[in-house]
Amino acid sequence: MAEVKLKNITKKYGDVIAVQNMNLDIPHNEFLVLVGPSGCGKSTTLRMIAGLEEISGGEIYIGDQVVNEKDPKDRNISMVFQNYALYPHMTVEENLGFSLKIAKEDKEEIETRVKEAVQILGLEELRKRKPSQLSGGQRQRVAMGRAIVRRPDAFLFDEPLSNLDAKLRTQMRTEIKKLHQKLKTTVIYVTHDQVEAMTLADRIVIMKDGVIEQIGTPLELFEKPATKFVATFIGSPSMNMIEAKITNISGELYMETNDGISVLVPKHKINSLAEGQRICFGFRAEDIVPLKFGQKPKNSWSLKSKVNLAEPLGTETLIFTNLGNTEVVSRMFTPELVNSNDDLEFALNLDRTYLFHGDTGLAI
Amino acid sequence: MKQIKKIAFWLLVLFLLILICLPGIWIFVSAFRPNPEILSKPANWIPDRWTIHQFTQMFSINGYVSVPAFKYLMNSVIISSVSTVIAITIGMMGGYAFARFNFRGKNSIFLSLMLARAVPGISLSLPLFILFAKIGIINTSFGVILVYVAMNVPFTIWLTDGFFRQIPKEMSEVARTDGCTRLQAFWNVELPLAGPGIGAAAIFAFLLSWNEYALASIITRTVHSKTLPIGMMDYLDEFTINWAGMCAIAVVMIIPALILTFIVQKHLVSGLTFGGVKG
Repeated sequence: MAEVKLKNITKKYGDVIAVQNMNLDIPHNEFLVLVGPSGCGKSTTLRMIAGLEEISGGEIYIGDQVVNEKDPKDRNISMVFQNYALYPHMTVEENLGFSLKIAKEDKEEIETRVKEAVQILGLEELRKRKPSQLSGGQRQRVAMGRAIVRRPDAFLFDEPLSNLDAKLRTQMRTEIKKLHQKLKTTVIYVTHDQVEAMTLADRIVIMKDGVIEQIGTPLELFEKPATKFVATFIGSPSMNMIEAKITNISGELYMETNDGISVLVPKHKINSLAEGQRICFGFRAEDIVPLKFGQKPKNSWSLKSKVNLAEPLGTETLIFTNLGNTEVVSRMFTPELVNSNDDLEFALNLDRTYLFHGDTGLAI
Repeated sequence: MKQIKKIAFWLLVLFLLILICLPGIWIFVSAFRPNPEILSKPANWIPDRWTIHQFTQMFSINGYVSVPAFKYLMNSVIISSVSTVIAITIGMMGGYAFARFNFRGKNSIFLSLMLARAVPGISLSLPLFILFAKIGIINTSFGVILVYVAMNVPFTIWLTDGFFRQIPKEMSEVARTDGCTRLQAFWNVELPLAGPGIGAAAIFAFLLSWNEYALASIITRTVHSKTLPIGMMDYLDEFTINWAGMCAIAVVMIIPALILTFIVQKHLVSGLTFGGVKG
């Protein structure tokens, strides 16, 4: 039952800055996901909250207390690690009850709480087994059980699903979500997988090079990316991104790519642009579709191009084609057969293009 | 053909085994026969007359004491066990520190500890003798224990460092988020996991102390502190050597070491291979 606050948190390893001036308010009961490429400082942040990593500057609050100087054991948090980190010399129930034993709870209390966790996670059959006799998914479940038993103020997950195969990962993802709904506790979850972030989070924090790029709900990040990095990181396949320069052709602003292709600037962006400015314009795969199989959007720009490759995925087909010399991907939801080397006409929905500053990468 | 190959193989194994065990067998056999028979030429492999004379004399069972073997045995047991316990305690903590913490001069300290092992022990005998004589711990068990601890600590550090490195550091981290102090995490989680390795290190330390001769021969002077290997020399007189007595005391020395090794050999192997893949 606690909120977690980070105030100007900084972490330095010698001269290397791993996390810089991070500010974050995590209200009680929120499922917050820290996401970013490896080395962006997300795990370091989590470890600082846990108390496993010293803080170089700033303050961390759990509840009303500053916990900077507190040992991990006094922070009342539970952490689930990527490699499960179950105690190999203890059985499942000993693993689950370990924290209570250390806290010198009486035997009956330990038994009831272990029983409770075992029921929530469906581990009844496995109570007497050692971790080496469990499968990956079962181990992950025990690791979560161990965290539940403590009844912590906050759960910290450090890439808990990365070691599982794809199918199990989807299944455990759902279980974690359900668990959060049941337990109603603050969860801070670190992952490099944007799909995990999108499906689990109440709010997502995207980090890059130790700095927060954007904080928002999954849909906010998807619809209104604050930077070019966020735009390409969230969503699969990645947003198409093309470098261009603003030019004025007989009174109208165009985005001219390096290959000399000109695309009309979307109307609602005209006022924020100046001639000669370098920009990047991005659009998602579903916003450029083959005209033949779809409806033409109201404000569109058309591109005739050859198909490089088509990947039929059942509900959708990914079509790779070229815009100038840059390869772009289009996502088509009609189940039509498209072959490599087909000549197609694509329609780009101009209302759904994103513009970013050429050098800063900030959204325009 | 296959069968012949198999038989040849096992014959070779048997031959090598006998070759390795021969000195041990000879000691054992010689301990149970009269001295003259040992010196007979050609060698008499199977004694004509078995006797436990040397043992009864050694342990003064019939009132006559040849060599105070029981006192030596006790000295050996006390010195070896105490020095092992101390060396393992210190070495284990050192190994843990080297495996888990970063501190200034870590590599140089580790290297110098290993280099210390390269110094031949016997070269330290004179300085040790003078030093110990000056501070008055010559001919005491304490002095011998001190030397053995110093000998064993670097090796124990090296061995346990490897074992602790094998244990993922998340083990201690998860224990700490589970409410343990660093020491509790070590005691409840990391120590049990490193158990086989530490056991192996302990056996090595114990056997080294149990068998050590060179330095003990300098430091120990009387029955007060002499260990079994030094006590063996009591059978060396000016003009005669009591080979049978020597062999008997050797048997007394070998048996506890053998039993100990048998008990822990499973752990010993797993411990050694466990630490063997240290990167």
